[in-house]
Amino acid sequence: MRFLNIIKVALRALRRSAMRSILTALGIIIGVAAVIAMVSIGNGAKSQVEASIASLGQNIISVFPGNFTTGGVRGGWGSASTLTVEDAQAISREIAGVVAVSPEITDRAQVLANGLNWNTLIRGEDITYLDIRIWSVTDGEMFSEADVRSATKVCVIGKTVANQLFPNMDPVGQTLRIRNIPFKILGVLASKGFNYFGQDQDDTLIIPYSSHLKRIARRPNLNSILIQAQSPEQMARIQQDVTDLLQQRRSGREPDFTVRNQQELAEAATATTKTMTVLLGAIAGVSLIVGGIGIMNIMLVSVTERTREIGIRLAVGAHGRDVLTQFLVEAIILSSMGGALGVVLGVGASQLVSKLNGWPVLVSTSAIVGAVAFSAAIGVFFGFYPARKAAQLDPIEALRYE
Amino acid sequence: MPAVVQLEEIHKIYDSGEVPVHAVRGVTLDIASGEFVAVMGASGSGKSTLMNLLGCLDRPTKGRYLLGGTDVSGLDRNQLADLRNQKLGFVFQGFNLLSRTTALENVELPMLYGRRRFTSREVRDRALHSLDIVGLSNRADHFPSQLSGGQQQRVAIARALINDPQILLADEPTGNLDSKTAVEIMGVFQKLNDQGITLVMVTHELDIAHYCKRNLIMRDGRLVSDTPVSGRLDAPVELQRILSAEAAHKLTD
Repeated sequence: MRFLNIIKVALRALRRSAMRSILTALGIIIGVAAVIAMVSIGNGAKSQVEASIASLGQNIISVFPGNFTTGGVRGGWGSASTLTVEDAQAISREIAGVVAVSPEITDRAQVLANGLNWNTLIRGEDITYLDIRIWSVTDGEMFSEADVRSATKVCVIGKTVANQLFPNMDPVGQTLRIRNIPFKILGVLASKGFNYFGQDQDDTLIIPYSSHLKRIARRPNLNSILIQAQSPEQMARIQQDVTDLLQQRRSGREPDFTVRNQQELAEAATATTKTMTVLLGAIAGVSLIVGGIGIMNIMLVSVTERTREIGIRLAVGAHGRDVLTQFLVEAIILSSMGGALGVVLGVGASQLVSKLNGWPVLVSTSAIVGAVAFSAAIGVFFGFYPARKAAQLDPIEALRYE
Repeated sequence: MPAVVQLEEIHKIYDSGEVPVHAVRGVTLDIASGEFVAVMGASGSGKSTLMNLLGCLDRPTKGRYLLGGTDVSGLDRNQLADLRNQKLGFVFQGFNLLSRTTALENVELPMLYGRRRFTSREVRDRALHSLDIVGLSNRADHFPSQLSGGQQQRVAIARALINDPQILLADEPTGNLDSKTAVEIMGVFQKLNDQGITLVMVTHELDIAHYCKRNLIMRDGRLVSDTPVSGRLDAPVELQRILSAEAAHKLTD
């Protein structure tokens, strides 16, 4: 029997009990829609996490001060105060594959300007910091290498600080006071928003690390050293080299630093959202399988109802294969039409969720293709048993069936 | 005349129940081309089983069945299906048309399952021609539910004819029809037989059997009688008689 005829007969059979066909397909419609919506929401969350992690900078290795023990009392991570600018310079000088290094020193302090004041995070950084963090200055300019060398009293300020201290004027060129020391504002940083941990990244102020050490913190040690590697493949090696180098510089003392890889954080964070996506998708997938069982059920009823018709077809020369194809095509049409409608519903539901809740939603083509292919496969899988049952009917008994 | 059907010691035993049922017990029979045979017998006599065997819907347990000279007793399911499609035409007591399918599409059905491919135009033309033979070409687009019993049976006959079968098999074709319509259907059969088509039908109505040329009687799975019909009835004449009787009845009523 020609394929076009098979489709025609299948469509006619489905139309004959339109309500039943729709209800049967509804199982698949809901299943596919759920899979697409869940995966879209999961992917949206994943992309958001990835974006916020990327905004921290790429291929970053951080060195933090380690444990410091005095008289048997162990201070815990960060208690050591032995990370120095010389360490940072040694890393920059001696380790291959390092693109940029920024000694980092941070302190919270009250900032005064324009008759207003604001408590914010004062970062002492090298000029490479903005490149490492993929950040830029929108108004004005970044301080220069000369400023770092001579510990000039200049700064660039984050958007939040700018808004708080200079609500209705251009901060560039103005002066602000940190711990009573005047700093000239060279520029305003681009807005970076909240990071993965929920901190406002714009609530900060950056000055040369040398100025910070000398005028604000007034201590010789750093809070951390930021290192940017050339490529993700080199990160492990550089991490090891940095550890070895710092250990060597401490010539046999107990390690008082720790080297962390931002990749690990990124992986942990994306793995969490990925697990969520898979979990949501799997739960939705279960409803697809339930929909498939619905199709099998209805196809079995249909085979029983149409036993006589099958008998007639067999009697006039249909092969078992023809009958099998007939019922299989019906099941596939039922499930793939359900799949197509489910895609529309699923994409619509995703958009609605993103509109109503403001969640980021990422409708992926692979989820759509996967769901439709899976629903067609469900048609084949769950349609096969009823179809085979029909194909194996004995023509005489089928004709006699009332 | 060459024999279209040759049965040699055909047995059919059903093993499915607790006790094996010996439905056909050694039937030997030749049916020549152009014959018009009625198989009669009480229910349980094995006539329906014999019909199913003749129609290649079932395989004999023992014996040989030559259809058009080829042995078909050992063929598999699909080969039998092809035989039914190409060499045999079926007419059933319950018409067995597909509902919600037009008369024309019902007639086309066997062509769709043929191993030869036809264009849809060829299929349509042949189906229309087939309907024309049974005088229903003006009802091609009607659904079975819109047709009378006699008309439905004629659609079934048209369907049986579409692949030019060697033999037309009818199982109680008049069983569901009133006597006048039954005679009409017998008229169609007689006309087809006059055109050279071989017909075998099962009936339990003696008067219907009188429209055929040869009567077989079965009892307990065996052929007990095989006689040519004497005083054969002619359907158009009988129909005329019924019509005038009806007319007379109305006049006197």
